[in-house]
Amino acid sequence: MQEFLQYLFSGITNGAIYAVIAIGFSMLYRSTDLINFAHGEFVMIGAMTMVTLTVAVQVPVMPAFIITVVGVSILGLVFERMAIRTVRRPEPIVLIIITVGASIFLRGLGMLVWGKDSHTMPAFTAHPPLDIAGARLLAQSIWIVAIAIAVAACLHLFYKRTLTGKAMHACAINKQAAWLVGIPSKLMTLLAFGLSTGMGAVAGVIIAPITMPAYDMGSMLGLKGFCAAMLGGLGSLWGSVLGGFLLGILEALGVGFVSSGLKDATAFLLLLLVLYFRPGGLISAVKVKRF
Amino acid sequence: MIRTDTHTIACIVFAAAALATGILIDDAYYLQVLIFIGINTLLALSLNMLMGYAGQISLGHAAFYGIGAYTTAILSTTYNLSPWLALPIAIFAAVTVAYIVGIPTLRLTGYYLGMGTLGFGMIVSIIFREWYSVTGGASGFVGIPPLEIGSFSFDTDQRYFFLVWGVVLFFFIICRRIVDSRVGRALRAIHDGEHAAAAVGVNTAAMKLSIFVLSAAMASLAGFLYAHQVFFISPETFSFLASIRIVTMVVIGGMASIWGSLLGASLLTLLPEWLHAFADYEMMVYGLVLMLVMIFLPQGLTRGIIDLYEKSRKNRNK
Amino acid sequence: MASDAPLLEIDSLFKAFGGVRAIEDVTFSIQPKTITGLIGPNGAGKTTLFNLITGIFPADSGTIRLKGQPVNGKAVHDLVKMGIARTFQNVELFSSMSVLENILVGLHSRTTCGLLGSVLKTPRIRNEERMARQKASELLEFVGLSDHADRKSGNLPFGWQRLLELARALASEPDLILLDEPAAGLNMSETDMLGELIQNIRKQGVTVLLVEHDMALTMRVCDQIIVLDRGRKIAEGPPRVVQSDEAVMAAYLGKPK
Repeated sequence: MQEFLQYLFSGITNGAIYAVIAIGFSMLYRSTDLINFAHGEFVMIGAMTMVTLTVAVQVPVMPAFIITVVGVSILGLVFERMAIRTVRRPEPIVLIIITVGASIFLRGLGMLVWGKDSHTMPAFTAHPPLDIAGARLLAQSIWIVAIAIAVAACLHLFYKRTLTGKAMHACAINKQAAWLVGIPSKLMTLLAFGLSTGMGAVAGVIIAPITMPAYDMGSMLGLKGFCAAMLGGLGSLWGSVLGGFLLGILEALGVGFVSSGLKDATAFLLLLLVLYFRPGGLISAVKVKRF
Repeated sequence: MIRTDTHTIACIVFAAAALATGILIDDAYYLQVLIFIGINTLLALSLNMLMGYAGQISLGHAAFYGIGAYTTAILSTTYNLSPWLALPIAIFAAVTVAYIVGIPTLRLTGYYLGMGTLGFGMIVSIIFREWYSVTGGASGFVGIPPLEIGSFSFDTDQRYFFLVWGVVLFFFIICRRIVDSRVGRALRAIHDGEHAAAAVGVNTAAMKLSIFVLSAAMASLAGFLYAHQVFFISPETFSFLASIRIVTMVVIGGMASIWGSLLGASLLTLLPEWLHAFADYEMMVYGLVLMLVMIFLPQGLTRGIIDLYEKSRKNRNK
Repeated sequence: MASDAPLLEIDSLFKAFGGVRAIEDVTFSIQPKTITGLIGPNGAGKTTLFNLITGIFPADSGTIRLKGQPVNGKAVHDLVKMGIARTFQNVELFSSMSVLENILVGLHSRTTCGLLGSVLKTPRIRNEERMARQKASELLEFVGLSDHADRKSGNLPFGWQRLLELARALASEPDLILLDEPAAGLNMSETDMLGELIQNIRKQGVTVLLVEHDMALTMRVCDQIIVLDRGRKIAEGPPRVVQSDEAVMAAYLGKPK
């Protein structure tokens, strides 16, 4: 029981992070029909920037958090403006190669800037771990889950309550019609990129204290985030959250009770299963074109 | 018809050039680089058939490269099997995996196909890394024997050079024939419009599967040639980054261009050799090149250069 | 002609998308070597019916028979082999391929060369390729595009693209050809030419089913007209009869009070 609880805690913590990354994928897909293969690198840049700011520059956690997320969002905007909007033939195969290229480029850049070593930073607050039925629960884990849920709730309100959020949704449904009623669809695409990469940064920031971030952490996290998004239903906010937690917990239990070599394979096996058998995800938000 | 003739001439010129190079160069370093160019050309060509002609992206192609290399390594080293018996088994293994994975994966399109092939590639590279008792795990697999026919051993770089480039030439001819045939036309039709291709009678699923399987077999052969050249393999060589490297070769050389595969593979093999401090910048350069080529020269360098040449010729004729 | 067995028989066909009934209890049949027009206001279900006949998606219930054989549930490419060909409302050519190559792809279902055959290039395969190219040239001549065989199909003017798509569909040697608004986007003289072409297609023994908004063309070339409205068949008969049908007038112009 104690062992199970321990794995469950670690699963929920990782799950919250996958959920935030998955939200980033989903929000972008919902507004632009695009999947950003470089999304994981924005998570990496978020984590590394956070470490640099808090450890090397000694900025307090709250301001460092905000600076990082805003900074990475701006990087996302620049990326959209320079690499996505300039594409002459925006077919999936072209955009896949461009975003994969961006991912490799950003990873290489990360290696130059931060070196090949792992970095460390202290937890947001210095509470001792809680003891629940013999299992240890880190204070940082509570931060991670709380922030993940808060972020999802804020986005939910943003889409439901604000005009901009509704406009973005309208663009997602029909770009041309949205343009006809006066919604600037290009601006919405830009905004979606900013939001999505900002989500990536949030994930990077909250994971930084518990994961020893390094330049090559991004692709694995990105892929797992995508897997979570697919699991819950790409394009659905709460589906992504659900998918994230589900993946985190399954992965932790797999490691705990089957084999540690299985950790990374779990996500990809799940990804393939979802793609093959239920491409709409557990909560169907989109229909995959399979003709 | 004219195109076929130019291709025949190009093949003859190419074969002569390869022959001369193999005889004239006896510097071990250059021969080795040329051998790697050959192996990479075969890899790029295999992916180009799938991605360039049929329009089906694969971000996990290094998996088949790895399956070829590991199968022959394990059979010929651990089980002392002759590499020539290991070769058909290695190709059969890749073909079987491609067939099983291909049926569900190739039903996907666009981004989903990208993610699906990526996930597949990841799983295979995790198996190479984690199945320690069989593959040697992350530290790699050592002691792969050289190739021999009777008492004749391909143990010198020169002999291996001829073997590799002989294979490459063979596949140039095969691939050109496929591209120019009913099958090749159907593949390009699928690329241009899968709906319309089905509506004129192309069995798109079967067609995509057969080219995927062929492509896997070629990559597996490349893996076989690689393993018996370097005698040591590790999962790194067949990782996600390796898959991206193959995609980069195809994109730079030009999608749907057989000779472009040669150009792309040459550039991407030579670049790290030329730029000494390249290692640290390798990823950035690949990434940047992928983005720039896709944005500005989506047809690749070969087509881009041909287009420029034809434009200038037209201008001159005027 | 009436004694012939019908080429295409459609019997109480239903198809719904979600709650929308796109095709509701449609029954009709088409005699061989005739030209049938399928007309109706926008959203009447014409294109859905085309997609059902060509196997793009399955019907909810009802049967479709070609030459007495049921075709429900068959794959699109199998139906081509059975003798159903089509063109698309928004021309769908293989735009990176040449005009000739487009037709050669159209011959796919009538040729056999596989992966191995293409590599070995046996005399039989070479012969097949030669025949295919000859057949393709003949088809190009039939639609008047012989001079442009090597042009990239995506660069042709729109009217010629329509003709090319028609020739590509004919390449599969169909018994039945479905034309989805073939005159859309064509000018008057092109439309006249198309009308003649459709008649010529019929003369070669191919049955034509036509969706068209150009009424002058439809009335001129068709032997039989079927009128759909909101998924239901509301009239059927020779052009002159249908033209004066009250239900048809009502569907197009609104019901007189």
